[in-house]
Amino acid sequence: MHLAPIDGFIIAIYGAFVLGIGFVLRRKIVHSSDFFLAGRSIPAWVAGLAFLSANLGAQEVIGMAASGAKYGILTSHFYWVGAIPAMVFVGVFMMPFYYGSRARSVPEYLKLRFDEKTRGFNAITFAAMTVFSSGISMYAMGALLRLLLGWNLHVSIVASAVVVLCYIALGGLTSAIYNEVLQFFLIVFGFAPLVFLGLRDVGGWAGLVARVPDTFTHSWKYMGDAGANPMGVEWFGMAMGLGFVLSFGYWCTDFLVVQRAMAADSMSAARRTPLIAAVPKMLFPFLVILPGIIALGLTTHPNPGTAPLLTMTADGTYDYNMALPLMLARYYPSGLLGLGLTALMASFMSGMAGNVTAFNTVWTYDIYQSYIAPKKSDAHYLWMGRMATVFGIAISVTTAYVAMRFDNIMDMLQLVFSFVNAPLFATFLLGMFWRRTTGHGAFWGLVAGTLAAAGHYELTRVVGAGSLLPKLASLHTYPSDMAQNFWGAIWAWTTCFSITAAVSVMTHPKAAEELTGLVYSLTPRISSDDQPWFKRPATLAVVVLALTVALNLLFW
Amino acid sequence: MNLDLRLPIGLLFTILGAILVVDGLVVGAQVLGFNVNLLWGAVMVLFGGVTLYLGRASART
Repeated sequence: MHLAPIDGFIIAIYGAFVLGIGFVLRRKIVHSSDFFLAGRSIPAWVAGLAFLSANLGAQEVIGMAASGAKYGILTSHFYWVGAIPAMVFVGVFMMPFYYGSRARSVPEYLKLRFDEKTRGFNAITFAAMTVFSSGISMYAMGALLRLLLGWNLHVSIVASAVVVLCYIALGGLTSAIYNEVLQFFLIVFGFAPLVFLGLRDVGGWAGLVARVPDTFTHSWKYMGDAGANPMGVEWFGMAMGLGFVLSFGYWCTDFLVVQRAMAADSMSAARRTPLIAAVPKMLFPFLVILPGIIALGLTTHPNPGTAPLLTMTADGTYDYNMALPLMLARYYPSGLLGLGLTALMASFMSGMAGNVTAFNTVWTYDIYQSYIAPKKSDAHYLWMGRMATVFGIAISVTTAYVAMRFDNIMDMLQLVFSFVNAPLFATFLLGMFWRRTTGHGAFWGLVAGTLAAAGHYELTRVVGAGSLLPKLASLHTYPSDMAQNFWGAIWAWTTCFSITAAVSVMTHPKAAEELTGLVYSLTPRISSDDQPWFKRPATLAVVVLALTVALNLLFW
Repeated sequence: MNLDLRLPIGLLFTILGAILVVDGLVVGAQVLGFNVNLLWGAVMVLFGGVTLYLGRASART
């Protein structure tokens, strides 16, 4: 892939805008709440697009195209079964407690609802996870730019770290959110022509269907049996493991996304944030998965006179991760190519900035202010937030270099974090909707759920796959690692739910007056009757869910 | 909120779109029979322009 001056020029203009937004917003940062919560002043549409964009790391964009090439339209389950119902749930049912409690972070909500140890457990694992994932994506991006453009890996890593550092340290969460919205539009405009040109080249949807296996263009038809579809998982494991446990665990409890809604300018805007995000989210499969399926079509059935698009790797599978970059290289002339690469870099930065802003808030409020230096001035915490941005990014850069040297350690850490994440939603569900749930119950439920996830991994294996950790036993064999992952999550969730409930019954609950605003039955209902119908969360939720059902049926 | 986000978005897309339009007119690379830079640049200028207009309209009131 070769860059013309015009491509470099487009990337440079984008860089200038990103930094410019940081500089302009610098003047608005007076209090720590301006820096960490964007002064709770973000309009709903801005918070909504940022909610979506913070999750759109480069790995997400490249990974979804890769999954499209590997599994076809089945990948859409991550959107139409996974993300959307969870986004509707967090907006309609959970946001009243997150936003209404005035908690400044998700761990702080756990402190208010439960106790210090539950908050500590969540805050520390979450903080570690964010700096770690931003380091991993930094490395992935650097490696991709080296491969595509021959850019120096060290320069890519350091330059991107410095840009993100500048705009967040200057403008805090507002700057991150504004840039995420900018990045959202860049991603849409950068990849939309790719879908158009790709579809045109394979002869439209009908032409694509003729080129790829039937399982790649039906999202449900082959879900009855794990052996019948390329994902190797049946509908129940998928709907419960991915749709319920993992997706609700991510979209409803992960501070990285919830922080965007907490920054909204009113309760109504906070509740609409995930619902607004759900609309573009349900259309994203067309933007990020479809190019992957087209890439596969152009590989197995190339057009006359062209070479297959994807190449084989040493182990005899296609190099799926190259699906999106190779599509860009094939269809984009200089100019549009600059825009496409800018979109890739934008997706990388939005993912990284999401991690960094979540990290600096949790670090400053939930770790530093709670355990290290309580009762300091607001200006001190604002200073600490900027410092946390600097050293959070420094740790990420270090992680990127570790990832470069030791692939296995990174995969292992990712695996361990997935154990911690799996049970989380059970804790929040019980905490928000059952007033009897206690702090001891929540804490021990989380610990037990995490151990259950690890234990499940230790006791099962995947057909024909190696293991990152030494196995204790092999009680069950799954057809694919996705099936193992989904079922592990189901076990973790169920364990956490049961232990939390059991311990709660045996321990002493908080008094009702301490739980007002934190638990469903003790919080006055929020009326949205004063809002016009199209702004009511319930109306939006019904519309979003109806459209999602329609999409599932359309690609059945 | 003091800075209306529509202004930087509108400005960025107008500028990037204009660059693509100029390239499309001067170089005019064809992909599958389309002058993609010209066409997509025009769409971006249109989007940028409308966003700028909306941002400025609300800034005046």
